[in-house]
Amino acid sequence: MASKKPQKADDSSGGSSGKKPDADQLVGFYKEMLLIRRFEERAGQLYGMGLIGGFCHLYIGQEAVVVGLQACAKPGDSVVTSYRDHGHMLACGMDPKGVMAELTGRAGGYSRGKGGSMHMFSREKGFYGGHGIVGAQVPIGTGLGFAHQYKGDGGLCMAYMGDGAFNQGQVYESLNMASLWDLPVLYVVENNKYGMGTSVERASATTELAERGKAYNVKNMSVDGMDVIAVRDAGLEAVEYIRAGKGPVLMEAKTYRYRGHSMSDPAKYRTKEELNKMRAEHDPIDHLRQTLIEMKALTEEDFKAIDKDIKDVVMAAAEFSQQSPEPDPKELWTDILVA
Amino acid sequence: MTTMNMAQALNSAMDTMLARDPNVVIFGEDVGYFGGVFRCTADLQQKHGVDRVFDTPVAEGGILAMAVGMGVYGLRPVAEIQFADYIYPAIDQLVSEAARLRYRSGGEFSAPLTVRAPSGGGIFGGQTHSQSPEALFTHVCGLKTVIPSNPYDAKGLLISAIEDDDPVVFFEPKRLYNGPFDGHHERPVQPWAKYPASEVPEGYYSVPLGKAAIVRRGSDVTVVAYGTMVHVAVAAAEMTGIDAEVIDLRTLVPLDIDTIVASVKKTGRCVIVHEATRTSGFGAELSALIQENCFYHLESKIERVTGWDTPYPLAFEWDYFPGPDRVAKALRRTMEP
Repeated sequence: MASKKPQKADDSSGGSSGKKPDADQLVGFYKEMLLIRRFEERAGQLYGMGLIGGFCHLYIGQEAVVVGLQACAKPGDSVVTSYRDHGHMLACGMDPKGVMAELTGRAGGYSRGKGGSMHMFSREKGFYGGHGIVGAQVPIGTGLGFAHQYKGDGGLCMAYMGDGAFNQGQVYESLNMASLWDLPVLYVVENNKYGMGTSVERASATTELAERGKAYNVKNMSVDGMDVIAVRDAGLEAVEYIRAGKGPVLMEAKTYRYRGHSMSDPAKYRTKEELNKMRAEHDPIDHLRQTLIEMKALTEEDFKAIDKDIKDVVMAAAEFSQQSPEPDPKELWTDILVA
Repeated sequence: MTTMNMAQALNSAMDTMLARDPNVVIFGEDVGYFGGVFRCTADLQQKHGVDRVFDTPVAEGGILAMAVGMGVYGLRPVAEIQFADYIYPAIDQLVSEAARLRYRSGGEFSAPLTVRAPSGGGIFGGQTHSQSPEALFTHVCGLKTVIPSNPYDAKGLLISAIEDDDPVVFFEPKRLYNGPFDGHHERPVQPWAKYPASEVPEGYYSVPLGKAAIVRRGSDVTVVAYGTMVHVAVAAAEMTGIDAEVIDLRTLVPLDIDTIVASVKKTGRCVIVHEATRTSGFGAELSALIQENCFYHLESKIERVTGWDTPYPLAFEWDYFPGPDRVAKALRRTMEP
């Protein structure tokens, strides 16, 4: 199991090997990113209306990361992520109604209302959570990778984390073991520049995060996480490497979240100018929309039709999340130990 | 039937389950090539291969987190934490992940993992190789906690733990690996071979979780114990001539409260014995439950004999260890009119 391996080359440019996605695929990316954004905006509104309580971490701004990477996944792959998980669930094909109803704590939610925003799962879609402890999902992803390898099912695990989680000790236990045993895991650091209110510069001794993979002989890549095509290209390269049995990959996607860490974040740790500049010049959805227009792939009418379809899906999810009943009080006592 | 000590019985349990279920994998620090610090996994790697029995880096949090991921994907991971004292870096994974996945996924996922860890003192391990941290885990809903006291039970309980669909923390009183220990440290060590519980079937059998054993029948007083303290309690009963009924809990969660209540209602008196420190120890929970269930049957206050509320002191090993003299004193106190 433990093998002596040659030192792996690092690839800090990342993502140039994939063949150009066709127009249909790009339209698909556009729809998925827009769905996440509209879903999150609606979740924010429901939170403001008091229909979602407690914790709610929105993914707005980071859509290109999960959409670009999940486009590289195959059926049978597994996904595990942190508490900023709504976008990942939608990108895995989970039903927006079930996700929104979990946010409102209803019986129709993915965890029947017992999990909430940070704690949802779907065996069918290969989604292994939704984890509320910063970094704790990363070594679980390592275990999922081990299980794929042990069963020989050809699958891999996409283990997502934020830049804040990337300073947790268990991340490095994971990188070491995954490299030691060549486990099929793609570790993705979604570097949105702030761990809650602490910038990467104030928390991390080295700020080119992917380079830490070198210490564990893990192939590392860095990619513009605001560009879905670049993310997808990098993802294809990473996934090809992993599926060839060469071991794990550590990828940093440089991205940005537009909203606060959670719903109770005054965001005093960054300037309005910084935020506005990112939105104006690097928005992943606007960027792809421009590309599609230049390619003449979609007309103005097509965009309107897409907007309407997505609005309908999100409205239906919001509706469902308010009409689904509260869970039965007996549910308090179920699912603790096996019955 | 073969005669086995407790380490051999545990080895046999893992050997049996590796052969029965291809999803069983065994890993931990030095469990593979080396065969385990206490030899519990000796030869298993040679027999079942390096893919199924393997060594890990020294990274307890990572080890148990891996087990969570493996478990949710359908494997039956059996992870060893080399000493129970090393389990603390993995508490986050046990508490926030393993124990709670079933609940927060609405029953969709669970983490059927088994954590084996040698616990307890009596071997001059000092404060980082002697602890009995079981109460930390009984406090966590969603975990099962098992502590065997003899080779036969150890094998049967470990097989049940591996087959269980919930995460199980399995503490092995390390002083019992090679022979029973009744706390008479001044006497020569007894091998397991002299005791009936060392008669262990070679193949598959199980001892159910949640079922206590009455190891000594009696009518004067009920002694509730587990692990090493079962042997101490029996020795104390013999010393005093008090006709004690000694219950070996075998599993703390799920707890066989019915057996305890039936016995205390019969005897009207109860002594609880554990090696772990006293405050918020599992004895406190037992005492509360017995009071709630047997209040009108009690004829004297419930006694607890436990480790002191101190770190495990090298120089005072036998002052700390709740030996037969201390248990005997409690038995006599509880019998006073």
